[in-house]
Amino acid sequence: MVRFLAIRLSLIVLTLLVVSVVIFMVTEVLPGDAAQQALGQSVTPESLEALRAKWGLDRPAHVRYFDWIGSALQGDLGDSYKYNKPVVEIVGPRLYNSVILLVFAFVISVPTAVITGVWAGVRRSSFGDQFASIVSLVGISLPEFVTGILFIVIFASWLHWLPSSSILLPGTSPLTRPSILVLPTLTMTGVLFAYLMRMTRANVIDVMETNYVRTAILKGLPMRRIIFRHIIPNAMLPTISVIAVNIGWMLGGLIIVENVFAYPGIGSLLLVSIQSRDVPILQALALIIAMTYAASNLLADLSYGLLNPRIRISS
Amino acid sequence: MTGYSITRTGWTAIFRTGGSGIVDIMRTVRTLFMLALRTPAGRIGLPIVLIHLILALFGTWLAPYSPTAFVGPQLDAPSWQFLMGTDVFGRDILSRVMSGAGSIIGISAAGALLGIALGTIVGMGSGYKGGKTDEVVMRIMDGLMSFPSLLMALLVLTIFASSDIGRRLPQEGWVILTIGVVFMPPISRVMRSTTLALKTQEFVQSARMRGEPSPYIIFREILPNTWSVLAVELSVRLSYAILLASSLGFLGLGVQPPSPDWGLMISESRRYIVTAPWVALAPAFAVSSLIIGVNLLTDGIRQARRLPKKGTYQ
Repeated sequence: MVRFLAIRLSLIVLTLLVVSVVIFMVTEVLPGDAAQQALGQSVTPESLEALRAKWGLDRPAHVRYFDWIGSALQGDLGDSYKYNKPVVEIVGPRLYNSVILLVFAFVISVPTAVITGVWAGVRRSSFGDQFASIVSLVGISLPEFVTGILFIVIFASWLHWLPSSSILLPGTSPLTRPSILVLPTLTMTGVLFAYLMRMTRANVIDVMETNYVRTAILKGLPMRRIIFRHIIPNAMLPTISVIAVNIGWMLGGLIIVENVFAYPGIGSLLLVSIQSRDVPILQALALIIAMTYAASNLLADLSYGLLNPRIRISS
Repeated sequence: MTGYSITRTGWTAIFRTGGSGIVDIMRTVRTLFMLALRTPAGRIGLPIVLIHLILALFGTWLAPYSPTAFVGPQLDAPSWQFLMGTDVFGRDILSRVMSGAGSIIGISAAGALLGIALGTIVGMGSGYKGGKTDEVVMRIMDGLMSFPSLLMALLVLTIFASSDIGRRLPQEGWVILTIGVVFMPPISRVMRSTTLALKTQEFVQSARMRGEPSPYIIFREILPNTWSVLAVELSVRLSYAILLASSLGFLGLGVQPPSPDWGLMISESRRYIVTAPWVALAPAFAVSSLIIGVNLLTDGIRQARRLPKKGTYQ
């Protein structure tokens, strides 16, 4: 187990290193560097050179990379070009806001999706199952920006129950104004719920058709015991990997949802940083995303072992 | 798989017998549609998709007004004259939605097809070659897949489309290329496993024994046996492509104004959403119904493939 963890953790470090090199190279080929972006087109070559020298852009790429990775290891991610502040100060609060949104969406959607999925799968082809299937099909079909806009139309323009945008004053936590969190969370929840529910239902149906479930039914075990001891553990295996893969997908959804509601998180920051070529911020965000992705995959693999003794440790 | 000869080199064989390939594809597509019509999901999905296809082909022509002309008062509520209301410039929303169908469907279909083509070439080549090459190619594909697809699309679009050379290709072209690149890794995985399964079959083995060149075996022996896998993959990818293309439009990176684009129309409506919600509703309904239709059709095809075969369907 220790060996397994050690190998996986060192692989994560390696992945992060590769991601940091790739992002550095990508931002290297981005047309027009940050200095050009910051000063605009009509600028004297002298002031452009001066800004480049100030940000160290006049040095060769590999020197800048090792410089960056050296200070990053000491916790210093450099200064943002656009905001003229340390990256940590910009990214920190935004990350906090996004994590709140993600945690709420996750805590709501995962249990409800799994319960509904098992419920519908066990009652395959019943009225309830067909209804749940239709709702979830509509759910996976609606893009996040459509769901978000529809929620705004219904709850903000018609019913006037909730604010139409989630703008926050800098330095305040979204938890102090929970009303602005409701619509973004609902939007994030919608697609994730539908997707997970369909996945769980399909897995439950597959497991229901196996010989061991048929045996369990024929030998007269109570249905409750079959569902909890035979069906759920086996049906959850593929679902867990889907949840892990979906964390990556949710980060994409975050870009859209934060944009719809003007919510100050890392998704909206990412969009702005790409447009303004803010390399230090982009580097930090890419590392955060890669790390989240690697960590969620590791967690998924570990929970595999918990649910299925056959693949414990040996892999 | 008839009419081959040992002396023919693989590539000329593909071009010379290309016609029968297209007949094969058409036959597969028709069979899948017929199959889909046997399920409730397919019976609902197919008409929805057909309506959208008609709009895509004739929408501009059927629309009551020009999509870019200022024909009425600004932000006018739906009325008999303007069935879906007007936008902030006084343009007819119904006409814009109808004319916008062509670009979103064209871009998504072209992007999905490009992704299928790239993924097929990479996946089949890698699976057929096997060994170290396969290992390396698949690890690269895994790496590409570990980025959220929207993030990857954003990076590809901003890196290439905004460069000096990039501006020579219209933005629509870049969105198509982006979708193709983002879709390549997952499709290559599917095609690789299909190829691995077919590689060991007798007809492939005997083609090898005859000494046929690899491109011939890949494209003339293996590829024709994957049409149904590809058709299902295409219909799945199509709904993702519409999602991705409309999301990029919403972020302002797709079709540029004043061209009518559903994602962009929804994004522009954001500012007047409280006072004029109808500006958002028509394009939101259009894009949702399109994706729902495609998903229903895909579901129908998938269910039907699991049904027992009967009648003349194959």
